[in-house]
Amino acid sequence: MSRMLATGDHVAGHALAMAGEANRDARGCCAGAYPITPQTEIIEYLSAYNFTKGRIVLVESEHSAMGVCMGAALAGGRTFTASSSNGLAYMTENIFAAGFYRLPTVMLAVNRTLGPPWNIWVDQGDSLMMRDAAWLQFYCDSHQDLFDTVLMSFRVAEDPRVMLPVIVALDGFVTSHTQMVVDFPTQEQVDNFLPPCVVPHHLKHNHPTTMGGMTFPNETEHHRFEIQQSMENVITVLEEARDEFEEIFGRRPAGVMETFETGDADMILVACNTMARTLRNVVRERRAKGEKIGMIRTKLFRPFPRRELLQAIGGAAKVGVLDRNHSPGSGGIFWQEIATTLQGGPDILLQDYLVGLGGGDVTPENINAIIDDLQRRETASDPQWKDTTK
Amino acid sequence: MSAMTPSKPYRNHLLRPGNTNCAGCGMSVGLQFLDEALGDEMPVLVIPSSCGIVTAGAFPTSGYGAPTAATTFASSPAVASGISAVTNMNDIDNPVICWAGDGGTYDIGMATLSAAAERNEDIIYICYDNEIYGNTGGQRSGATPIGSVTSTTPQGKSERKKDIMSIMAAHRIPYAATLSIGHRKDFLRKVRYARSVKGFRFLLMLSPCPTGWKSEPDQSTELIELAVRSGLFPLYEIFDGRRYRINFRPDDTDVSTYTKQQRRFRKVWGDTGDLQAFIDAQWQYLDGMATVFPAKEPGTPGTKVERL
Repeated sequence: MSRMLATGDHVAGHALAMAGEANRDARGCCAGAYPITPQTEIIEYLSAYNFTKGRIVLVESEHSAMGVCMGAALAGGRTFTASSSNGLAYMTENIFAAGFYRLPTVMLAVNRTLGPPWNIWVDQGDSLMMRDAAWLQFYCDSHQDLFDTVLMSFRVAEDPRVMLPVIVALDGFVTSHTQMVVDFPTQEQVDNFLPPCVVPHHLKHNHPTTMGGMTFPNETEHHRFEIQQSMENVITVLEEARDEFEEIFGRRPAGVMETFETGDADMILVACNTMARTLRNVVRERRAKGEKIGMIRTKLFRPFPRRELLQAIGGAAKVGVLDRNHSPGSGGIFWQEIATTLQGGPDILLQDYLVGLGGGDVTPENINAIIDDLQRRETASDPQWKDTTK
Repeated sequence: MSAMTPSKPYRNHLLRPGNTNCAGCGMSVGLQFLDEALGDEMPVLVIPSSCGIVTAGAFPTSGYGAPTAATTFASSPAVASGISAVTNMNDIDNPVICWAGDGGTYDIGMATLSAAAERNEDIIYICYDNEIYGNTGGQRSGATPIGSVTSTTPQGKSERKKDIMSIMAAHRIPYAATLSIGHRKDFLRKVRYARSVKGFRFLLMLSPCPTGWKSEPDQSTELIELAVRSGLFPLYEIFDGRRYRINFRPDDTDVSTYTKQQRRFRKVWGDTGDLQAFIDAQWQYLDGMATVFPAKEPGTPGTKVERL
């Protein structure tokens, strides 16, 4: 174990590299890699890494980066890549293909605003766009959380009860290009945590099998149903992995979500990634003034942890969602998910706040204004934009 | 048709009975020649969206007697790169073969193909070129010859066919060659040579599509012979992207004997001036290259040239 100061991208790159290296006694590791701001440092890190049994294929596009990952996983290797923003959009077809192929690739999505207009700052619209692609999605609020989540992702993705790819999302620049102190484990510890990668449906040489050919509607429907069933196994597998992670690394990684002061709260704010850290400070301050406010940091987005979320909301009367993403014509995407979760349940005032779109700062002042607005409210309205709550 | 290798179980033939190919499809012959050339060796097939994957038929059966990955349209060279990266690091020697149509090669897959060639990935890439988007009912592609009617060029295509061989040669890949289903020995020799070298190998096969070409299914092989003899589809090899060898010279066959048997040329019929001009320019270029940059001697591998 070593404690080091590192940027988010290097933390992510190092976690991927250690996971890849951990498969050296099995079929090795392989990544298709293509640069885009702000994830470029991840693939630079991987390209410089001296793998015992692995190859980084430097391709000509994100679409091919995922193509290489699919091929390598179909050959039984451990696979990973990273992308952002328009790169993810360009990769989309193969992201869906990897999901429906059920290949346990782990992809870092360094959240960045989709252009045009061109903007390199954080916005979660890029990874959330992939919500229907049969990928798991985790959101990270710090460098340590990021490192741990990457290792956990391989463990969950490659579990035969899941066997689906995973997106690990982090904030562009706010996380990717800032430094925090991180505890890095030894390779031996990672080897112990990650069993050899086995893709049960990989192409066996000298054994004729056609992967991904035509199916009729009933088989296709069954295929989607099986994916849904595997999604429903994720939380169980994740909790088991947390226990083992704690045993090997001596710290307990975050699970499906983190709660703070939700127990007796009559008002709960929901946010993800680094916004949640600012929110936590604001909640702490207002708790000190005697206000019964709590917060939830959403971490697992796919599958969406409905039961856990309802439990965390408990008896709160009001829920405010901070969405750093926007589905034009609707609203925030986390808000949509939470509205679906609450539907048919207790009578809760649910209000959406669109904040920090295009990478705008979400300051304690913004969050205080949102809390004030939510306290005043007697009914919910359309999703509120940041300026309207100032 | 190729002689079946007796030692091989029937189910392990590359193209199995029950495949969905149309009568007279060039792929059916091409896949059997490929099978014969590889003998007992079972490749890994990587097939993008195309008739080539429809060939497999519907799950859970498959018309392919080899491990086969169906990829997205533009991705076969990328997926094959991933497969060969992992099989190579695990010392698995079975060849990784992309089997793609002209749409997936000349058009949507061009960037991916170019990049895999530039990286000199250890892949055999075979394009079965039927000169249209056959799987969607016969639309124009970059491979469609001038004058040909397709469902999106109802008056006949006004542009010439893309010179994919020169594009691939410009990548200085170890081997590129054209394949004719009307010249079996030449076909087998080229596949076997391709198998014997490492790196990116590109093979182009003109593949009759009776449905799209509006030709008679039982004339497919003869049509390809005519395409070769008239000079429309030259048989040649390029070693290391620099050394040329012409395998067959055109005789005095007029290209109209080829076009007149296909109703896709109905806007042209016997008036093959544009096609003849294409042929003349093609041969001027080929002859020039083969004269200035000849491969060493017929029947032996080309002169090894350093990759620059």
